Amino acid sequence: MAEARVITPSPERTRETRRRERAVVAGQWQLMWWKFRRHRLAMIGGIVTLMIYLVAIFAGFLAPFSADAYSATYTYAPPQTLHLFQETAGVWAFAPYVNGYTVEVDLNAGRRNFVIDPDVRYPVGFFVQGEPYTILGIIQGNIHLIGPANQGDPMFLLGADRLGRDILSRTIFGTQISMTIGLVGVIFSLFFGVLLGGISGYFGGWIDNLIQRLIEFLQSLPSIPLWIALAAAIPPGIAPEQVYFFITIILSLLGWMGLARVVRGRFLALKTEDFVKAARLDGCSPMRVIFRHMLPSFLSHIIAVVTLAIPGMILAETALSFLGIGLRPPSVSWGVLLQEAQNIRSISTAPWLLLPGLAVIIAVLSLNFLGDGLRDAADPYL
Amino acid sequence: MAQYILRRILYMIPTLIAISIVTFVVISIPPGDFVDQLVTQARMTGEVISLEEEEGMRMQYGLGASLPEQYLRWVSAIATRGDFGISFRLNLPVSQLVSERLGLTFLLSLSSMLFIWAIAIPIGVYSAVRRYSPGDTMATFIAFVGVAIPDFLIALVLLYVSFRYFGQSVGGLFSPEFVEAPWSLARVGDFLSHLWIPMVVLSIGGIASLIRTLRANMLDELRRPYVTTARTKGLPEWWLIIKYPLRHALNPFVSSLNDVFVNLVSGATIVSVVLSLQTMGPMLLEALRNQDAFLAGGTLLLLSVLAVIGTLFSDILLAWLDPRIRFR
Repeated sequence: MAEARVITPSPERTRETRRRERAVVAGQWQLMWWKFRRHRLAMIGGIVTLMIYLVAIFAGFLAPFSADAYSATYTYAPPQTLHLFQETAGVWAFAPYVNGYTVEVDLNAGRRNFVIDPDVRYPVGFFVQGEPYTILGIIQGNIHLIGPANQGDPMFLLGADRLGRDILSRTIFGTQISMTIGLVGVIFSLFFGVLLGGISGYFGGWIDNLIQRLIEFLQSLPSIPLWIALAAAIPPGIAPEQVYFFITIILSLLGWMGLARVVRGRFLALKTEDFVKAARLDGCSPMRVIFRHMLPSFLSHIIAVVTLAIPGMILAETALSFLGIGLRPPSVSWGVLLQEAQNIRSISTAPWLLLPGLAVIIAVLSLNFLGDGLRDAADPYL
Repeated sequence: MAQYILRRILYMIPTLIAISIVTFVVISIPPGDFVDQLVTQARMTGEVISLEEEEGMRMQYGLGASLPEQYLRWVSAIATRGDFGISFRLNLPVSQLVSERLGLTFLLSLSSMLFIWAIAIPIGVYSAVRRYSPGDTMATFIAFVGVAIPDFLIALVLLYVSFRYFGQSVGGLFSPEFVEAPWSLARVGDFLSHLWIPMVVLSIGGIASLIRTLRANMLDELRRPYVTTARTKGLPEWWLIIKYPLRHALNPFVSSLNDVFVNLVSGATIVSVVLSLQTMGPMLLEALRNQDAFLAGGTLLLLSVLAVIGTLFSDILLAWLDPRIRFR
């Protein structure tokens, strides 16, 4: 006996069904975004990465001083604490300030030491006028997010270096080169990687064999000594822009192999797919088949691998510049800044010289988290 | 097995030839040579070196010939007599300069490798077995951070900490009185007491990445039915894990071994400069800065050979663990 029953779907059930229905019509990128969003660390990594690139763009506005502003008076001045409130006549009010320094002469070591003097207060302001700067080469300005209210007052929130330059400002400006060198280097290696990996996977046979042996060979070489040797070949005395260009080329010369492997693997997997065969039978040229039909279907995966390759480039640039054979002053990158901290003498006098290293760690960590999340999101089998 | 090893060694020959070519090309790229540098230096002190003298020096150093000719002469001397040429600046045979440093580099890389295993395997297994426990979360976090910190930065921080809080410098592989001393038991002891700091610094990156790999591999294996079967047989849990899933999980681990070794040889270059170790790294950097071509070439060549030998060993180890590879 049939029993008529009205099915009232529970709200739980409808939500689940609605989600499924949405998933059926959602595009590939939409699905990836949903998956990526669930990965909390990757989201944080993505946001931090975005912020770091924003810092790179708006460096002029965010940094209190320009990268080259120096002050012979305050060499190796220690970091100051930023006090936001101060008490005047028993009332606490918002009036940011930093303390000044007193100088102690250390006769044994033969140098001056700066000690924070709590009695001296220099007012600090937000959106203050300072040195002029340009953003993206077009926007001119002289308003800084934070800076001493009276121009010329000392303000070294992360301390000063050998020449009395502000480490905070220099770290902020260093973001520009350090973060873009990874990006540009990866674009170059992506080009080599996609080209050679694509050729290898698409044609197969002896070409594939040759390229694979080449990759194996290059991967069996220790990269840092080779980087050092190649970087040492950059002629001294050329323009900073050219050094930058050479360094990115060197980094990508030894960085494309991983990408080529991934591309080749994907190519081999896709080659037998029907849509590729159809395109080829339609008389498309190999280049068209590769770039128009095959590339889009593993683009997401490549983006993930590329993201994971950037931190390696950043670390390599930092290491080379640190050794003094990468970028050189007057270029400002995190590695160039760390060069100041090369010997125990300067680290023991001014441990804050190591602070740009923190920027490296934060950038590399967030890019790694972002890349991991992207890789998981791009993988349809997870 | 013997056949596999033989084949693998024969395969090394073209690799070695390729390495020598790459090395030679790399050290020939910088414009100018050592003689040019001498001439510039002489000019700065007011001396004048005539063109004939310049040519004479070039002939003496073997820099006058064409590049392929120079390459052939360089390589055949190495292959037949083990003669790496002389260091222009120090006027000593390269082989004499690098021999001890090569041994120390090898020891440092090898001990770091063993240290990586000793630390990463237990932590990786624990992390997978006790998934999402506080210990696992901590290990995963440390693994992530460990990958992100450049090793020379760790070395710098360590230098600072030991100087600031223990009042001693940690640089070098020997105490000053042993640097030039001949090998003795006391020198070995001194070496071992200095070795652990660069070893730990070098290992951190490797430990971090291997914990991640091993944890992922173990998680895949722990879900397999054979693990459940073994458990129902009543095997003690620790023995079960070592006997079955760990063995499987270690397989891809061993194949990534050569990467680890190459990275160690490579990473040791920079760490050695920071900690001023008597290894190949600082010598390479110094030689490159002075355009000391044969010294730079010899160092670079030997470092690459070291990496290739490491790869050979890991391949043999893998073939021994996994019979399928031997018969491919």
